Amino acid sequence: MAIIIDETTNVLVQGISGKQGLFHTKQMLSYGSKVIAGTSPGKGGTTIEGIPVYDSVRAVIEKHRIDASVVFVPASMAKDAALEALEAGVKVVVIVTEHIPVHDEMAIVAYAKRVNSIVIGPNTFGIVSSGKCKIGIPPNQFFIPGPVGVVARSGTLTYEIVGNLTAQNIGQSTVVGMGGDRVVGLTFVDVLKKFEQDMETKVVVLIGEIGGFAEEEASQYIKEMTKPVVAYIAGKSAPQGKQMGHAGAIIERGKGTYEGKVKALTEAGVKIVELPFEVPRIIKELLLKL
Amino acid sequence: MKMFEYMGKEIFSKFGLKVPKGRMVNTPEDAALIAKDIGGAVVIKSQVLSGKRGKAGGIKFADNPEQAKAAAQEIFEMTVQGHTVEILLVEEKLKIDKEFYLAITIDLAAKRPVIIASIKGGMDIEEVAEDYIIKEQIDVELGMQSFIASDIVRRMGVTLNSPLGKELVRTIGALYRIFVEIDAELVEINPLVISGDKVIAADSKITIDDAALYRQRELPRVEERTVVEKTAHDLGLSFVELDGDIGVMANGAGITMGTLDTITYYGGKPANFLDAGGGTGEEGTVKALELILSRNPKAIVINIFGGITRCDDVARALASVKRNIGIPVPVVVRLVGTNQEAGRAILREVGIEAYDFMQDAIKKVVELSK
Repeated sequence: MAIIIDETTNVLVQGISGKQGLFHTKQMLSYGSKVIAGTSPGKGGTTIEGIPVYDSVRAVIEKHRIDASVVFVPASMAKDAALEALEAGVKVVVIVTEHIPVHDEMAIVAYAKRVNSIVIGPNTFGIVSSGKCKIGIPPNQFFIPGPVGVVARSGTLTYEIVGNLTAQNIGQSTVVGMGGDRVVGLTFVDVLKKFEQDMETKVVVLIGEIGGFAEEEASQYIKEMTKPVVAYIAGKSAPQGKQMGHAGAIIERGKGTYEGKVKALTEAGVKIVELPFEVPRIIKELLLKL
Repeated sequence: MKMFEYMGKEIFSKFGLKVPKGRMVNTPEDAALIAKDIGGAVVIKSQVLSGKRGKAGGIKFADNPEQAKAAAQEIFEMTVQGHTVEILLVEEKLKIDKEFYLAITIDLAAKRPVIIASIKGGMDIEEVAEDYIIKEQIDVELGMQSFIASDIVRRMGVTLNSPLGKELVRTIGALYRIFVEIDAELVEINPLVISGDKVIAADSKITIDDAALYRQRELPRVEERTVVEKTAHDLGLSFVELDGDIGVMANGAGITMGTLDTITYYGGKPANFLDAGGGTGEEGTVKALELILSRNPKAIVINIFGGITRCDDVARALASVKRNIGIPVPVVVRLVGTNQEAGRAILREVGIEAYDFMQDAIKKVVELSK
């Protein structure tokens, strides 16, 4: 088991002929993901890396069963691409593209909710069910199967922590990137609920950061969880009022502070680690107790 | 991107909202001329990108052109909340019966726009009791409909079929159209002045989504970053100046924050936050290094975990800077991820041995900065 995607997931790449789309299609294939089709308007009928390319998502689904798509198109076209996949009935849409206007993000998320589909991102590294399927851009070699569920806002910080786990031979069930933008589809709570149900997941690592309310919201649900949760919150040393890269990572008017998040999570029974590389040791201790 | 009040009012006007008669000026002499044009009492408002201008003395009243000139002179000579004043807005002084508050922003938890309205607007809106604040989330698929605006007005306690009620419904509809049309994150009118049956936007606060500027070509551009921060932004880098002496470059906001946290934990002081972003190529990396060096750090740490970023691109850039420009301080590199081996080989040629683990690299750079 794993959550959201697994070895049976048929993957569509939207924007397969672009630089990023092409590079990461190769990477996903080499990880073992079942990338079975791509879209690139005007290039329908060709193949890329042996994969059939179509002009539109509707054209793809006339021929293939698609379980998930990944969007690599530029920001100005990303809303159209995401809505196109959702309208065609794709149930999981992973939007890697960054710098999508927030009004477009609200429109995508609203439509996804109406058609009862999952949107991961925008501005996400994607999702990996280790050893089974990777959709998105993380480097392949750091993801090995195991009992740890990981959910995060930040990509590279996730690689850092997953890389540390893998170096200690601790594998992951599924690793989910929610995306660094202010408005994203899946939330911590959505993912935590799935980990709580998943047989393979024994412990959960939550990787948060300053700004926004996502961690505070998560802490409410964590109180009901039976599985242990470990969290690292980035930005303890960040000065107030300065925006630190992610649109999400800004502290304003005392909300979304490191202290506030740590307090909410601690009260929910979460074990907080102060630095990213402390995660494996704490996870090891927890796994030994189970 | 924040907009000046006068720019916001131009937008309001274009969308059919009433704003006070007035104009922006750059000199005290022009302030007098505009005051003469308007006739009667005027208000002179400093155009700076911060709130609380009134309390800071950045808003003055005048009864005639001579007074207007003197008041303008005075405001030009002051700083308002740390901002120098280069532009003033000279407007008719309104007859104010009541001050309301109206704003639209994004409710991040609900992932929807939210309308915020109050019949107790004015200077201290933050202090107004929750009972007097009406919040209405908008379903973006439904959009703003007349019945929604009407219900907000009803909840504000204003009679719907009165001239004022009708005018408020129209105002809410227009403000929502503006919010959507200009890709705003925030449109705020405080105070929304009630003068008889008229509803007048006496102030404007607008923030545009930076990610949408590419399709908002008609909007004026306002720059509020420092020169260095702007340079970084134009290169696709996110750069914030800090007070310490360890130069930092990492890829991704999260890992960059994690790097700062770890430096601080080991007793070091970061000189900057520099997120080189995902997919930064060789050229971007060269510029990033130049930015870091401009802060005169004692040592530099580069922490790369390559996903979309390729280690060999970063390594090539670093090697080229080291060869062609020279790096006057010690550089500690942690390099893992996509194309890691190729990257490390390139670094070895210029005498840099990359670390595997972030904590080891950071311990080293903190030691070197002492």
